[in-house]
Amino acid sequence: MDPFADTLRRLREAFSAGRTRPAEFRAAQLRGLGRFLQEHKQLLQEALAQDLHKSAFESEVSEISITQSEINLALRNLRAWMKDEKVPKNLATQLDSAFIRKEPFGLVLVIAPWNYPVNLTLVPLVGALAAGNCVVLKPSEFSRSTEKVLAEVLPRYVDQSCFAVVPGGPQETGQLLEHKFDYIFFTGSPRVGRIVMSAAAKHLTPVTLELGGKNPCYVDDDCDPQTVANRLAWFRYFNTGQTCVAPDYVLCSPDTQERLLPALQSAITRFYGEDPRSSPNLGRIISDKHFQRLRGLLGCGRVAIGGQSDESERYIAPTVLVDVEETEPVMQEEIFGPILPIVNVRSLDEAIDFINRREKPLALYAFSNNKQVVKRVLAQTSSGSFCGNDGFMHLTLDSLPFGGVARLGICLRAHAGQPRVSPSFHGASGMGSYHGKFSFDTFSHHRACLLRCPGMEKIYSIRYPPYSPRKLRVLLMAMEARGCSCTLL
Amino acid sequence: MSKIGEVVQRARAAFNLGKTRPLQFRIQQLEALRRMIKEHEKDIAGALTADLHRNEWNAYYEEVVYVLEEIEHVIKKLPEWAADEPVEKTPQTQQDECYIHSEPLGVVLIIGTWNYPFTVTVQPMVGAIAAGNAVVVKPSELSENMANLLATVIPQYLDRDLYPVINGGISETTEVLKERFDHILYTGNTAVGKIIMMAAAKHLTPITLELGGKNPCYVDKDCDLDVACRRIAWGKFMNSGQTCVAPDYILCDPSIQNQIVEKLKKSLKEFYGEDAKKSRDYGRIINSRHFQRVMGLMEGQKVAYGGTGDAATRYIAPTILTDVDPQSQVMQEEIFGPVMPIVCVRSLEEAIQFINQREKPLALYVFSLNDKVIKKMISETSSGGVTANDVVVHNSVHSLPYGGVGNSGMGSYHGKKSFETFSHRRSCLVRPLLNDESLKARYPPSLAKMTRH
Repeated sequence: MDPFADTLRRLREAFSAGRTRPAEFRAAQLRGLGRFLQEHKQLLQEALAQDLHKSAFESEVSEISITQSEINLALRNLRAWMKDEKVPKNLATQLDSAFIRKEPFGLVLVIAPWNYPVNLTLVPLVGALAAGNCVVLKPSEFSRSTEKVLAEVLPRYVDQSCFAVVPGGPQETGQLLEHKFDYIFFTGSPRVGRIVMSAAAKHLTPVTLELGGKNPCYVDDDCDPQTVANRLAWFRYFNTGQTCVAPDYVLCSPDTQERLLPALQSAITRFYGEDPRSSPNLGRIISDKHFQRLRGLLGCGRVAIGGQSDESERYIAPTVLVDVEETEPVMQEEIFGPILPIVNVRSLDEAIDFINRREKPLALYAFSNNKQVVKRVLAQTSSGSFCGNDGFMHLTLDSLPFGGVARLGICLRAHAGQPRVSPSFHGASGMGSYHGKFSFDTFSHHRACLLRCPGMEKIYSIRYPPYSPRKLRVLLMAMEARGCSCTLL
Repeated sequence: MSKIGEVVQRARAAFNLGKTRPLQFRIQQLEALRRMIKEHEKDIAGALTADLHRNEWNAYYEEVVYVLEEIEHVIKKLPEWAADEPVEKTPQTQQDECYIHSEPLGVVLIIGTWNYPFTVTVQPMVGAIAAGNAVVVKPSELSENMANLLATVIPQYLDRDLYPVINGGISETTEVLKERFDHILYTGNTAVGKIIMMAAAKHLTPITLELGGKNPCYVDKDCDLDVACRRIAWGKFMNSGQTCVAPDYILCDPSIQNQIVEKLKKSLKEFYGEDAKKSRDYGRIINSRHFQRVMGLMEGQKVAYGGTGDAATRYIAPTILTDVDPQSQVMQEEIFGPVMPIVCVRSLEEAIQFINQREKPLALYVFSLNDKVIKKMISETSSGGVTANDVVVHNSVHSLPYGGVGNSGMGSYHGKKSFETFSHRRSCLVRPLLNDESLKARYPPSLAKMTRH
């Protein structure tokens, strides 16, 4: 028995009937989403606290506020985004109308992860709805409390003829993936990303995959260690390290390491107190499985800071490891936890080589007072995105494209009116991008349209057979004279 | 490691050396490509004649000129496209540099096909080279002469390590697909498109698939039928119908069907004479298998014109079928041959419904003097692209992305879109490493900062 056939059929019929085309319908869905966030903010915060021990501050800044911001941006710009995009014409098409029409794909599947379960479920949803699609949402079963709120409360706020939430685990996801969707948006691990893309291949469904990576963080000798440590610590331990764009490991010289360690300790103490376990600002690991995995990593290298853990709470202290070998597990997999290994390199060249030997990461960081150093790291490496002298701050810019995790609003204000841009990721860190207008474009088919006038036939007739060398000469002369594109007139 | 594996590794090693990073290098390669085309025009036309019975006119006008124009356009625009793109900043990032930096992806695989074997193989190369990638090219073995020509001349003009040509059939293609690429662009059919995407999924390689479909051509009653039929005949029968954006079938009201037939016939005679077999401008079917397939599609149909073929020369006469039953075989698969079925519908709504019941096509055509008809047809259907009151030509506008949707493909290229398709657009934020005072607000502990908890 196929548990989803009816739901999917209902959504497809609504789409075919054109329900989601009018801007007003889409705006109403977005407003509904906004009301859901406002009316159930506390419920969501509680769910996030249960799932991840997320502080109210983090919930606001990296989940709710960001999503609200995205909704507001979409509402403000919807009609502009929906407009046909005129394109430059060549001489042959001067009298024609040439434009790109943005159309919804149809039935979209959004598969969301557990680490920012509100943000990473709802922000893609905003884009998919704004673009006029019908959407099936598959939240993560690991963030159980949030999943419950999304499955039980959210549908009341969005037109259910065009929207459905499907809770469940790998079995449900597998069953869903057997069906044909017109677009699939997936955030999660590369391993599952491959499964999703293979399933999508059977139906030739285009995909956006937001995956992960080991994001290197190069710290130059020429820097102020405390400033660097503050920034590193904050971005590393935010959400207990469960952030795909968090700095994953540090590359620096032994000298810089000596200066960084006390600075990191100072930052950690300032942020989380003497006993981080009792700090309301430090989260917990999502599941026992991940906790065990991370606890195993604590055995790598030598613990310089932290290292404590408590299974009953899935608590892991903000930890820094040193004397780490490249071959150890902590340097082989994406950490996704509050552990920061430091790997020593003797020079910038060695750091760049180290980075380039490995998979392209989602994000890449370089800290230095010397701008040339920062620019060199940028120029000689590749990554989804890059930030010099900070952590994932670049995510706060509407105008930079993003494929990945949390955006951080520094002052709890929505970032009004700035066009956002999303970085495209490629390879193991993902493909495609979203946020802001990029979401809208990702979830739209860009249809090339050329409207020609039925006249002008005398001019067009040069393209018809029978061909002759003379005709070719005439055409070539005409092209050269105008020095422009006149293909096929 | 297999020979193919070695070729790909060599391309990757050459890429990793950084040779393709400077724009000057990329432009030099594109200029060399242009020289190659100009110096070997006759050879290119010769290969097309041997493979598809084309002549020097349509070799130039339907293939070579596209690529030359693409090269011109790209060389001119490359500095602009490749430049860092500053973006709008937030209040918190006013002191910072915020921009998008375009980078090559790495090693790109381009798998060509046989119907426009020069264009569909070389035009994507232009964008891939411009974006700074190494490019492995796998031409279609069905257009054998072109495949051999490309394998011979490309290494004479372009860097041999960075831009290798790999020839062969299914087993070589399978071998190539085992390697890891940073983007794959495939032009061909839906079935193989799925195989390519499955192979790409193993390495999480992004892909562009240029596939096909049955491109509908709606002819309204309110229309200049002379002009419409001439344009339709031109687009349908060029290359003997073997064009992915050719109008596949006509939808029209029964009252104008006969006129359409007459006018199509008239244009066909103007283009190809009474006996198209004698025309130098009329193509041939690529191979016997496709010849048999297309001939089979005519069985049991009402033939208003043509309907004959010659297996020895793989010639199929320009053919028009009338009153075609939508359930018949000719309406079930992409024809890709010089057979034009006409299906009668009684209204625009019926035509739209007919189109929407089927897979999304690569192209959609509508002929009408009435703007409202055109607007309605476009807004109530979907397709890769559209041309109204003409056929095929939306392809030729650089600034329009060329690609499909649904079964007709994913992703697109041409002009700037090529550059973007083959680039990674990397978000960059560069801050000064100044004192943290202004950033203190973001650090924990947060209790004091929350107005409610």
